[in-house]
Amino acid sequence: MTKTAFPPSIKSRPVYADLVARPGTYHLVIADGEGAGAVVDLLAGAAEPAVMLAVMHVVYAPGPNGTDEAAVLQALGAAQFYRAPTIAAMLPRIARVLLDAHMGTQFYLAGTEGLIGQAEREIMATGFPHTAIQKEHRGSTVRRVQCVHCKGITESVRTDPFACSHCGLNLFVRDHYSRRIAAFQGVNIDAEDPGLVPAAVERFK
Amino acid sequence: MSGGAKLHVRVAEVVPVNDLIKRFRFVTRDGSPMPAFSGGSHTVVEMDDHGTRRLNPYSLMSDPEDTSGYEISVRRDEAGRGGSLFMHTHVQPGMEMVLSHPLNLFQLDGRSRKHLMIAGGIGITPFLAQIKQLTHFGGRFELHYAARNRELGAYTADLKSAHGDRVHLYFDEEGQVIDLKSLLNRQPIGTHLYVCGPKGMLNWVRSTAQAQGWPEASVHFEEFLAPGTGTVFQAQLATSGKTVTVGTHQSLLEAIEAAGVDAPYLCRGGACGQCETNILHCDGTILHRDHWLTPEDQAAGTKIMPCVSRFEGKTLILER
Ligand code: FES
Repeated sequence: MTKTAFPPSIKSRPVYADLVARPGTYHLVIADGEGAGAVVDLLAGAAEPAVMLAVMHVVYAPGPNGTDEAAVLQALGAAQFYRAPTIAAMLPRIARVLLDAHMGTQFYLAGTEGLIGQAEREIMATGFPHTAIQKEHRGSTVRRVQCVHCKGITESVRTDPFACSHCGLNLFVRDHYSRRIAAFQGVNIDAEDPGLVPAAVERFK
Repeated sequence: MSGGAKLHVRVAEVVPVNDLIKRFRFVTRDGSPMPAFSGGSHTVVEMDDHGTRRLNPYSLMSDPEDTSGYEISVRRDEAGRGGSLFMHTHVQPGMEMVLSHPLNLFQLDGRSRKHLMIAGGIGITPFLAQIKQLTHFGGRFELHYAARNRELGAYTADLKSAHGDRVHLYFDEEGQVIDLKSLLNRQPIGTHLYVCGPKGMLNWVRSTAQAQGWPEASVHFEEFLAPGTGTVFQAQLATSGKTVTVGTHQSLLEAIEAAGVDAPYLCRGGACGQCETNILHCDGTILHRDHWLTPEDQAAGTKIMPCVSRFEGKTLILER
């Protein structure tokens, strides 16, 4: 699976890198869709995969495009494996795992930006520095977008502009990202000339 | 003027804490309130030691909310360059002194679930202010404090009586050592670690944390480096067209200041980055002693922190 190349953007837009095995007392791996491939590669590159697997917990959900490689991850043989039907269903599980986690834990996130952002937010809520959470993008580039007007969040946005699923405003999808909300920002595109909306382009696949 | 605005204070109290440590309380000369600060801040105390100007950073240990005065504790260092000896032998109640505004290079990370503090000896002082801050604003902490013996462990009784089980004491002479590995292993995720003490302790704690998978961003440390001594060297100041000679017990920054050049500084301990100076030419070796420049920057040899670092060799030309 090829890694995602994003077009050049503003400085604050999140960037991703390959997952690398780091020494740790516990490894929490959270992935969705094609992110499974990044987890396979992570272990292939680890010096002692068996040692790592013995203290590894893998949490996985199928991607927004339907990709489901749960069987591949389950076959890796981590100490714990959990498949959630959706990211939303996975989040309480992550919060529960974090409640008992100790410093020395390494975090590996792989897959779509929606998965990475929301898992990162759960981890950050403990006070753990986001700079120490590894993140590798794989698979779909659909976005989780917050409408800056009504604050509602629309998942899996494909086109730009798009209609807010909450208030219906036509939103231009910015690269401006909120780590706290785990979403890109959507801004009304026809505020000055209502109705003058450019044709939607499929920017995210 | 370099070093920021100053606080004009009067010494209100000098209290011997034990054989090596004295506590000083400063209040404003005109009775106005001192600026509030945050736990972990330090102030640079200006001393006129019989013609030699000394500026030493000391952590503020008093309650950050208490604007009626600031307190510091100074450990007497016989082998040092003289700042602590001056504080111990010459500073008396009623004396007028000048302090810098508080500067915090060791602040608590308010996002963390728990603050784990490790102090060695006089390194307890910033934690005293931080703990007071946490008692006002809430926040979970655990302090592990090592001292040579019971007599030299300053403020141990106060800490114990105020915070009980959250305070753990260790005395070297009684063979007590922090069980660091297991201590670090049992911290809940999101804990931040703070360490202040002698260099050996800092290195031990930082390297153990790293080996156990703690991120660098969760580990905070403070060490004010004394400028240290070394061989006499010369430096040319290209911008001001002067050449200074740096004495054995003098820092490069002090030599620049003594030549009448107003150079930037804040912490004077190699931590804040304010004094960073470009090197235009260097024929010799820069003895980097700061915590500011990255190892790559230090190796490149294009910058120097004159508050703590020195030079050995033929020619050094600075952009100053
Ligand atoms: S004055 Fe702070 S690093 Fe030199």
